[in-house]
Amino acid sequence: MGRYLLRRLLQLVPVFIGTTFLIYWLVWAVPGDPFAGKCGERRCPDQYIAFMTDKYHLDQNVFVQYANYMKNLLQGDFGQTFSQQEISDIIATAYPNTLKLALVALAIEAVVGLGAGVLTGLRRNGFLDNLVLVSTLFLIALPVFVVGFVLQWLLGVQWHIVKPTVSSEMRWSELIVPGFVLGSASVAYIARVARTSIAENRRADYVRTAIAKGLPMRRVVGVHLLRNSLIPVVTLLGTDLGALMGGAIVTEGIFQINGIGRSVYRAIVTKESATVVGIVVILVLVYLVMNLLVDLLYAALDPRIRYE
Amino acid sequence: MSDILVSEQSAPGSGGSGRPSGRLLEVDDLRVEFRTRDGVAKVINGVTYHVDAGETLAVLGESGSGKSVTAQTIMGILDTPPGFVTGGQVRFHGKDMLGMSSEERRRIRGEGIAMIFQDALSALNPVFTVGFQIAEQFRIRRGMGRAEAKKRAIDMLDQVKIPNAKGRFNNYPHQFSGGMRQRAMIAMSLALDPEVLIADEPTTALDVTVQAQIMDLLAELQRERQMGMILITHDLGVVADVADRIAVMYAGRIVEEADVYDLYAKPAHPYTIGLIDSIPRMDEKGQQLRTIKGLPPNLMNIPPGCPFNPRCPMAQPVCREKVPPLLQVGSGRASACHFAEELVNRD
Repeated sequence: MGRYLLRRLLQLVPVFIGTTFLIYWLVWAVPGDPFAGKCGERRCPDQYIAFMTDKYHLDQNVFVQYANYMKNLLQGDFGQTFSQQEISDIIATAYPNTLKLALVALAIEAVVGLGAGVLTGLRRNGFLDNLVLVSTLFLIALPVFVVGFVLQWLLGVQWHIVKPTVSSEMRWSELIVPGFVLGSASVAYIARVARTSIAENRRADYVRTAIAKGLPMRRVVGVHLLRNSLIPVVTLLGTDLGALMGGAIVTEGIFQINGIGRSVYRAIVTKESATVVGIVVILVLVYLVMNLLVDLLYAALDPRIRYE
Repeated sequence: MSDILVSEQSAPGSGGSGRPSGRLLEVDDLRVEFRTRDGVAKVINGVTYHVDAGETLAVLGESGSGKSVTAQTIMGILDTPPGFVTGGQVRFHGKDMLGMSSEERRRIRGEGIAMIFQDALSALNPVFTVGFQIAEQFRIRRGMGRAEAKKRAIDMLDQVKIPNAKGRFNNYPHQFSGGMRQRAMIAMSLALDPEVLIADEPTTALDVTVQAQIMDLLAELQRERQMGMILITHDLGVVADVADRIAVMYAGRIVEEADVYDLYAKPAHPYTIGLIDSIPRMDEKGQQLRTIKGLPPNLMNIPPGCPFNPRCPMAQPVCREKVPPLLQVGSGRASACHFAEELVNRD
């Protein structure tokens, strides 16, 4: 187990370097002039351009720039924007908001998705089953921005059940609707995976044994059946956290949440490559760590899996 | 709470809908059918047998003869759909279980009637330790604390002769060998001290040497605890040492029931004769093995008359017209053959 963990952590290094370089290079390759419009109507003074070019190594090739960037990053220095703002400050304000939103979405996925999956998996072809199948298909087919605008308009504008946008305090209660919007497609996938998994396992011999032991039905389902059916669901949930954070840009836009989606969008438009890379680097880290956690969770859920 | 229920159950013949007969467990004219997309399969067509405390009944038959489905119906673990009980009774202490509420039936499971299954690897939950699965019975059904339940579970593992029971408590089923797994399964089913144990082909998935050990263990535990045991098997060799009585099943019916000695000495049904003849014998080395010709009938389309008639070497015209009822032939034995008397009275 210890050796497995060490090997997996070492594997993260090349993956981390590869993905971050790719992102750095992509942002670097976007055409455009970082000084365009920087100095108002006029062209920027040559002195300023020379100073900035030297400071940010803009005349060097992409490899040198990347190496410089990584050197600073490893010392905890995300760098500054062209307007001297610390990128770590942008990250520090934007990330907690997005993380909060993603966690709400994840919780909704786990509770609603798993709940619907278990109920329908136990009673297939019933009314509830058909209702869930149709509504999940609906959620999967609809783009996030449609779900988002429709719910915002219905619940926020028409019925006044919630406020149409999220305030800067980011209260948990305000995040329920945006969280559902963000997780809407994933909720549907979770429900379907859980349903299949439960339906597959409920005829298993060990479930029959648990019934034959005279255990109450809620224990048969809640302990014996659920534990075995959770494995594919946990995988999906774990890897989804990264996807939710990266995919929050649309939801954040609709509900006016100051998260990383909006920051990245602004940074791309203004060609602030360091900001884009800084935010995405952390996103990559979230992905990698969640993947590792999911793999470790496998062993906890299924003792037959051994890590050597 | 469960103690009150136990004493209530144990009162013989308490308020049963059937005739109080003092029998521990009776299956009476049970009928089960499977409703599938291809049609209705009549899997159990009037099975009647019983088992009393301290005796072992072996239920013998080919695959598909309905022996396991009967057991599942007794336990209340029949898959519904497709399986439906269409008639008959299953009486425990004289009380019909098929008419009970699901909660009443649940309390009988494990405590009144317990069951062990053929393949212990798939029958034990792969993600919980063996110890957890045994201790669970004490914790959930008896309300014991963790520590006491663990002690009792280790004691059960000891009773089924698992070496180093304490150390094995935290092992998972896949860390056990086949024989040890079946022992753990037995320990689990006996945890609540059931009055009847149903063993559904308990040795089929095991090596021959291990088979004998498990059968010996079952026989010993049955004697010690004075349980009624229903041993379901297709292996005549397994039965001989352990069973008191044998019920032979064919196409969802009991075709013969007798004491072990009577049955082996003088089978009273052509199907039983065929089964006994097909046991390989050491003194007939080099000769071809004898088999029963033909296949068991399609349960969606059972032939008229005696269901065995297409395969029966003794079949007469009457066999194609009339279903032979299970009738007494001699003392304590019964056969469902039109020619049972002749078979019993031959030399």
